[in-house]
Amino acid sequence: MSGYLESVLVLLAINTVLAYAAFLPMVAGQLNLGVAAFVAIGAYSGGYLSQTYGLHPVLAALAAVVVAGIMGWLVAFPILRTRGIYLALATFALNQVVQGTILNLNVVGGASGYPVPAHIGFPVVATFAVLVVVAVVALFHTRFGISVTAVSDDERVADLMGLSVRGLQTAAFTAGAALAGLGGALYAHHFNYIEAQNYGVLFSIYVVLYVLLGGTQTVYGPLLGAAVFTLLPELLRGSASWRYVIFACLIIAIMSLRPQGVLLRKAWFSK
Amino acid sequence: MVLEVRELSMSFGGLKVVDQLSFGVARGERLALIGPNGAGKTTVFNLITGVYAPDGGAVVLEGNDITALPSRFRIRRGLARTFQNIRLMAHLTVLENVMIAQYARAPGIGALFQPVGFGRSNRWREEARGALANAGLESYASQMAGGLPYGIQKRIELVRALLAAPRVLLLDEPAAGLNPAETEALHQALEAIAARGVTLVVVEHDMQFVGRLCQRVVVLNFGVKIAECAVAEIHRDPRVREAYLGTDELAA
Repeated sequence: MSGYLESVLVLLAINTVLAYAAFLPMVAGQLNLGVAAFVAIGAYSGGYLSQTYGLHPVLAALAAVVVAGIMGWLVAFPILRTRGIYLALATFALNQVVQGTILNLNVVGGASGYPVPAHIGFPVVATFAVLVVVAVVALFHTRFGISVTAVSDDERVADLMGLSVRGLQTAAFTAGAALAGLGGALYAHHFNYIEAQNYGVLFSIYVVLYVLLGGTQTVYGPLLGAAVFTLLPELLRGSASWRYVIFACLIIAIMSLRPQGVLLRKAWFSK
Repeated sequence: MVLEVRELSMSFGGLKVVDQLSFGVARGERLALIGPNGAGKTTVFNLITGVYAPDGGAVVLEGNDITALPSRFRIRRGLARTFQNIRLMAHLTVLENVMIAQYARAPGIGALFQPVGFGRSNRWREEARGALANAGLESYASQMAGGLPYGIQKRIELVRALLAAPRVLLLDEPAAGLNPAETEALHQALEAIAARGVTLVVVEHDMQFVGRLCQRVVVLNFGVKIAECAVAEIHRDPRVREAYLGTDELAA
């Protein structure tokens, strides 16, 4: 496999993981603009653990999942007190706080970036991505899938049907944060260098766009969205400096044709 | 008494919407809660199901005071309801909508992560499919609930409430907006439900429907109980006539 193809596939794998990180809160009705904060937490905590304590990079990535998940769980309590646009703003603010904090943390290089020598190769990154897709698809074939959609459709009725609205919202937010942490740690250990400047709100918006393009109605939407956003710019490489203009026009065209996302659903499970 | 409210009171701002309301329902009974628009009937349902916490008084279900019990635990105690303005989940299919209520019978983390979507013969999915078939709704099972006709959505809501296996079922205007044929079908369905021993409490404006279905009536006006009697006696009660039609003096 050529180096170019491999690097594209690595990005596809990581972007897929990140798309599901944004998807989980979004199906629960939360527009999380702080995905990049958890990606950064995963990247830096994973990198720090393998760098400072010599932890095996795969174990460091798994530890990063736990760290990002715990952080997500902790901030879920204040953040999930808000709704709709206010929740989006709260997560936006969280993103700024986390990014600003890391920029001032000299122990991980501050503004000059952080080298992560331990390496995770393509096969392991790809395996993690496949596992994430399988796990989320399986999750949406359990009662959790219909319950979390019910919560985003009508909190009051979901509650009266016996569902723990707050519990499901917290679970979705926390699981999303944990997946973002995984994506961050995989990125850090594959590319071996991370910079806090990259994990701004624009990064979060990009990931949210993957999901919106693919559609939140089916569990396969994020996979499609991540693929389009990763592969389309590469396919347009021939048109050199105009490729992002063409790419943006194509995205706008797709979005106007399918405002609900490309993949629509009949059911989480049909027959 | 399977369900009892005792001196229930509730105010919104300075307005008393339910005032010292008490009534009881015996097991297997069918009670109607009637009154003019704005009398507080839906508020009473919201107090019983825990959507609102009352300012005073108590809700007692099968001998247990559930006034302080969080709303989501009440359906697990056998108390289910339907809604005046239909509230199905628009982004779920009809089958998934009714399956939501099954959770109340087997709640918990384990049940939440139980697969219900894989395999041909999942027990919960088959049960829900059967319940829809019983109601003549099987052809809608895999459609999204959002775009279906009003009458169909009302029937789906009833199936959903029943899949929680309630012992007490609160119905908020079940016949509103239905044509005569649909109303008749609803009557048959509720008779069958009542025959299984489910206690019914019905808020309804269609008095003919109430007269056929229910045995007893509680009449509310401005949050106060103005009458409680057998269905047959309701037209003779002067306070009820006054609440609905105004006083004779004014008419004269």
